[in-house]
Amino acid sequence: MLDNLKEFASEFFVTGDPLILGAQVSIALTMIAIVIVLTYFKKWRWLWTEWLTTVDHKKIGIMYIIASLLMLFRGGVDALLMRTQLAMPELNFLEAEHYNQIFTTHGVIMILFMAMPLMFGLFNIIVPLQIGARDVAYPFLNSMSFWLFFWGAMLFNMSFVIGGSPDAGWLAYPPLSELSHSPGVGQNFYIWGIQISGIGSLATGINFIVTILKMRAPGMRLMKMPMFSWSVLSSCISIIFAFPILTVTLFLLFLDRFLGAHFFTLDGGGNPMMYINLIWMWGHPEVYIVVLPAFGIFSEVVAAFSRKKLFGYASMVFAMIAISVAAFFTWAHHFFTMGSGANVNAFFAVTTMIIAIPTGVKVFNWLFTMFRGKIQFTTPMMWAIAFIPCFVVGGMTGVLLSVAPADFQFHNSYFLIAHFHQVLIGGVVFGYFAGLYYWWPKMFGFKLNEHLGKWAFWFWNIGFYVCFMPQYLLGLMGMTRRINVYDFDMGWQPLNVVSTIGAFLMGIAFLFQVWQIAHSIKFHKKDTTGDSWGVGRTLEWSIPSPAPVYNFATIPVADERDWWWEEKERREQGIQPKAIPLEPIHMPKNSAIPFIKSLCWFTAGFGFVFNWLWIAIPGLIGVAICMLVRSFQYDTDYYIQVDEIKRTEAALRGAN
Amino acid sequence: MANHDTGAHKSHGGSFKSYLIGFLLSIVLTIIPLVVVLNDMMSRNATLIVILAMAVLQFLVQLFFFMHIRDEEKPRYNLMTLILAVVILLTIVAGSIWIMTYNMTAG
Repeated sequence: MLDNLKEFASEFFVTGDPLILGAQVSIALTMIAIVIVLTYFKKWRWLWTEWLTTVDHKKIGIMYIIASLLMLFRGGVDALLMRTQLAMPELNFLEAEHYNQIFTTHGVIMILFMAMPLMFGLFNIIVPLQIGARDVAYPFLNSMSFWLFFWGAMLFNMSFVIGGSPDAGWLAYPPLSELSHSPGVGQNFYIWGIQISGIGSLATGINFIVTILKMRAPGMRLMKMPMFSWSVLSSCISIIFAFPILTVTLFLLFLDRFLGAHFFTLDGGGNPMMYINLIWMWGHPEVYIVVLPAFGIFSEVVAAFSRKKLFGYASMVFAMIAISVAAFFTWAHHFFTMGSGANVNAFFAVTTMIIAIPTGVKVFNWLFTMFRGKIQFTTPMMWAIAFIPCFVVGGMTGVLLSVAPADFQFHNSYFLIAHFHQVLIGGVVFGYFAGLYYWWPKMFGFKLNEHLGKWAFWFWNIGFYVCFMPQYLLGLMGMTRRINVYDFDMGWQPLNVVSTIGAFLMGIAFLFQVWQIAHSIKFHKKDTTGDSWGVGRTLEWSIPSPAPVYNFATIPVADERDWWWEEKERREQGIQPKAIPLEPIHMPKNSAIPFIKSLCWFTAGFGFVFNWLWIAIPGLIGVAICMLVRSFQYDTDYYIQVDEIKRTEAALRGAN
Repeated sequence: MANHDTGAHKSHGGSFKSYLIGFLLSIVLTIIPLVVVLNDMMSRNATLIVILAMAVLQFLVQLFFFMHIRDEEKPRYNLMTLILAVVILLTIVAGSIWIMTYNMTAG
């Protein structure tokens, strides 16, 4: 009996690697610590009622952001491990298999479990405030999306301590990801972790499209809408068309692995190249999905800290929508070398080059917005300014890659690695940091320490260039991606050392940000105006920070672009806004179902990973029960009465 | 926040007659390919074309008679989304066929 148990445990848990053993011990210790702290301070009920069951978009957004920062840490540690391994030739810091697992999880986590939730967190917190809504269109679904993401991410992350991580690359190309080449459970973790969180992403896309189209403040026509909300709309349009492709593709891979189908196998009529074709139909729009909201953030930040209207509003809108649609016509540039023939490659090379045009339009719009503006160099603005040269260079190397014949040289080399890290870090990460710093006071009611923020900024930026510029050269010298050792005589060592130093500089930058947040929580100055930067232009700055649960006591008629800026000017001239009488506010009730249902999905996914139907089937039954229970719930909303609104507003505004 | 009590969906104006026509059409469109396949009435390619054609018609019947795509008030977001979806769908199908032309495995 005991021997059986031992044998099971040695297969179930990942063993034999000191790094992973350390991680297992620290995960166990952290979990014990969390339980002890929650119990000691009697916070379990608070956690359940205020957070786990909430449908408030602001709290859901904060949970998204916390989760994504944790994932940034995990993905960052993966990156540092890889860079350490590559610092010296023929180093044995990571075994080949372990190295494969790490580059796979690094990619998946950074895109799907770091960038996406950070983006959704900002969507959640800002969009309803910016368009004058009291919540998103479907608050229950919103909570569902978050918990599906959360449990999907947990399922994926578990793999490195239980069962073993996936190791077939971040897009899991078959035949490597098929049962024939990856018989372990790692690929199953990959499929189910992404599937579960993918349903959540799709739902979020639907939710925000409806919210933006249907719930804007009176007078706010689409062409008066703040640019960030436009970027969210364009990103969500891409989400609702791209994510179903991902779901279907991974489902087909699941059928191959689970039921012995032959969609992507090498035998039985399958075709692995079809998987590559399908997955990039999602994969390419996906990169625009994450970068478009970053463009929206830059548009807000640049206009605010230049104290000017955004230059070329209409062209910006056009560029964003054009990008979100054109994103669906470029996918084959990820596999020019597959051999689809000259016509296919020529077509997709041209579409790829075309997509650079709207992006260029946007860059000029930001530059002209800054032109002759009174620029304030706050941290969000610094990130926005640093973004422009970084993204332009990254974009231009992208155009180099889009030349199909040249791509045969660049393909799979470190040149490509440097390119996409430059657009993803320089575009997405810089953008979300700008947004996080800019809207932090709106979320929490205090600003982050600017001094420490600038340290983090410089470490990030210098670290970025030190890390990735050498990689362009390494790529041209012939270093390919996903190798874990190289020979002394390749001559790659000096540049690799430089690159590793850069990676660690970015690691230090992250520590500065953690310090910055901790420091600011302890020593902040409370913001009492609601417009804490003093330069806010849009609706979210017109209400107290953090916003009350119902956001707007009365919803203003926002019939101008930059309504709050105009309103401030009117108030300076002594024109007071017309008082709108308070009315009871209709709000959604909290619900435990999203949390429980997603936990059931997690259980079902875990069962499928190990092919244990005795866990998977009860999990699916749990999902079905949750759906049934929800269908018969009629008491899902309530009203906040006028005197309560008055009390809340007096308390919030009284602090002025 | 959806209005559960008042019923967020206004009447879509579907009459009994239109539902009946839609129902009959969708049944007929289901039976045709079934009959063709079960009785081996056509060659392989012709059968495939019939199935595809019936599927497209079925899609249209569902849209017009049950989804009320014609009755939407302006701005017609559903229609716009549908058109974009069809464009992307055609891109996916046609693009895949084109890309995979020279990438067929022997199996």
